[in-house]
Amino acid sequence: MTTIVAQTGEEGTVSPYALSHLDSLESEAVHIFREVAGEFERPVILFSGGKDSIVMLHLALKAFSPAVIPFSLLHVDTGHNFPEVLEYRDRVVAEHGLRLHVASVQDYIDRGALKERPDGTRNPLQTLPLTEKIQSEKFDAVFGGGRRDEEKARAKERVFSLRDEFSQWDPRRQRPELWNLYNGRHAPGEHVRVFPLSNWTELDVWQYIAREGIELPEIYFAHERDVFQRGGMWLTAGEWGGPKDGETVEKRLVRYRTVGDMSCTGAVDSDAVTLDDVIAEIAASRLTERGATRADDKLSEAAMEDRKREGYF
Amino acid sequence: MSTITAEPLSETTLLRFATAGSVDDGKSTLVGRLLHDSKSILTDQLEAVERASAGRGQDAPDLALLTDGLRAEREQGITIDVAYRYFATPRRRFILADTPGHVQYTRNMVTGASTAELTVILVDARNGVVEQTRRHAAIAALLRVPHVVLAVNKMDLVEYRETVFAAIAEEFTAYASELGVPEVTAIPISALAGDNVVDPSANMDWYGGPTFLEHLETVPVSHDLAHCHARLPVQYVIRPQTAAHPDYRGYAGQIAAGTFRVGEPVTVLPSGRTSTIAGIDLLGEPVDAAWTTQSVTVLLADDIDVSRGDLIVPTKDAPATTQDVEATVCHVADQPLTVGHRVLIKHGTRTVKAIVKDIPSRLTLDDLSLHPHPGQLAANDIGRVKIRTAEPLPVDSYADSRRTGSFILIDPSDGTTLTAGMVGESFAAPEPVKDPSDDGWDF
Repeated sequence: MTTIVAQTGEEGTVSPYALSHLDSLESEAVHIFREVAGEFERPVILFSGGKDSIVMLHLALKAFSPAVIPFSLLHVDTGHNFPEVLEYRDRVVAEHGLRLHVASVQDYIDRGALKERPDGTRNPLQTLPLTEKIQSEKFDAVFGGGRRDEEKARAKERVFSLRDEFSQWDPRRQRPELWNLYNGRHAPGEHVRVFPLSNWTELDVWQYIAREGIELPEIYFAHERDVFQRGGMWLTAGEWGGPKDGETVEKRLVRYRTVGDMSCTGAVDSDAVTLDDVIAEIAASRLTERGATRADDKLSEAAMEDRKREGYF
Repeated sequence: MSTITAEPLSETTLLRFATAGSVDDGKSTLVGRLLHDSKSILTDQLEAVERASAGRGQDAPDLALLTDGLRAEREQGITIDVAYRYFATPRRRFILADTPGHVQYTRNMVTGASTAELTVILVDARNGVVEQTRRHAAIAALLRVPHVVLAVNKMDLVEYRETVFAAIAEEFTAYASELGVPEVTAIPISALAGDNVVDPSANMDWYGGPTFLEHLETVPVSHDLAHCHARLPVQYVIRPQTAAHPDYRGYAGQIAAGTFRVGEPVTVLPSGRTSTIAGIDLLGEPVDAAWTTQSVTVLLADDIDVSRGDLIVPTKDAPATTQDVEATVCHVADQPLTVGHRVLIKHGTRTVKAIVKDIPSRLTLDDLSLHPHPGQLAANDIGRVKIRTAEPLPVDSYADSRRTGSFILIDPSDGTTLTAGMVGESFAAPEPVKDPSDDGWDF
């Protein structure tokens, strides 16, 4: 669907050729997907069942229509998943006949390759299973749903971001990106992280979901849930390790703004039950998505930069 | 005007713009003011900045910390890399490439300007046009940024005098038009006091133009496409080979310039084969016409050989192909570019081998003087180069088409992006002069 926006210039001239902001962002993202399809051997889309990865998949499906997408999906499974999101993931994979790879944090913990952290958070533990899956499957391009508006270290991220065999990011050695000429050259063992939603904001993502009629897991909309408070956020009670002594569970009307590991992704108080409600709520919100919902980003000024350097998404 | 979009579902246009200027010119203050007054800085971001500023012993929140996202930047108190900021008003969505103004970071300004429709150049009203202003104007002119805004800042420190503003605006506009900058809008502001940034100033009755934000909201973002050469670099061939689509063969790409229509005779370059557009799919939806910068899939009437790297153009308006490219380049890598350097050139969706045949001159941005035969270009140098390519390329003049007149050079050994290139003459002549001896490949 294309919306043509009449545009009034300084002299009052109207151009019928101006694209709407959603059309511009969509076209840019599609261009990025197609560049990767044209230049890489084994690309994969990181798919968590969160809204950004769902929008990425939707864009990829449009980019290669009426053919199937020439990529598979990769889910880094922390073992602390929301059941609604896993169900959504499996349904989408079946519906579009996609191939899903899973890198399991639980497997690494079970065989002693990773240790559970004292705080129970598994977000930082995803880096090793992700890196080893990339290496063993020889993925050379890995699409992530990261957006530059999310976090200040991400604001410095390229669309094509080169990683060494340890998945490490070196912000001082990034390639300048000029015009729309992306440089995907990489040595054997290296790979490129690709961020098609780099220039999207949280509001753009939601507006696009509404415009395209994209289905989401229900946890993005207001519902009653047993939650407890930790670090100023509402966390879902469950087998992963909450609540602890002194933390009390209560039933609240909440929704999730982001979907990640259950142990560090907070719900927000909300009565937004429809897409329009959600969009109105975000437009009025005075907190960023990560500020409202991610415990791990509050650790330090450079928490995200440090995780990214080590190979995080 | 100054709040985040009040009707969240409405679609607006997108403006990409870049800022250039040093810390002393008040760039961070202007950007901070713009984001703050358009309510684009959220509470947790502001709190984080306040915490960090207090931790450094600063009294007021340092808004530069909003964009200086890397540890090294915060430690050194300088901006190393282009920072992208996003904000919206009910009239438009904005992507701001905030580029550092230090001399050694020319490549960042070039990067930010390469995708910008508008560049903001800041000057301090007390100092007027200085060497750095001329350098920024030259980069905007080289990159052919369609709109240039001269923000004359710190008007509060010159008693808001019209004569001060008028003299600076006149000097800058004269210099910019010598460089071929098509349009300069000069706006007197005080970023610190908020004059003419978002709201009109009560201190400058003599100024009748738009505020800074009003200008950003209303400046036209698309051009007269009827006069653009239509160009479609082929990214990927879509062949479903399914029962439902046994014979579908579509050429996918983002239209780099102009408009394509169903029924139009087209030529595929560099092969020169011709056909007619049988259909255009706009991400799954058939359309009669499509234009820049839409991503489309084009179907041709004839079964001819087309693959990634080819360029589809109207038969009546095809560029010449050439193996000899002469261009203005900005060198962006730490290792120098030398005569005889074997490189890869990426133009559109095509990457071919090439060799640097000559570096006829290096340009000093401060005074636009030319240094003949420098032998090499170091990081942040701007110069002229002659490149011989292994295969013919259908290049346009950068003056005609920013997307099909640009390229990058890549080091084949380690993949480093070496150089950003713009085909043809460096600067637009204020009045076009036809040179009869010109052999015509760059028009």
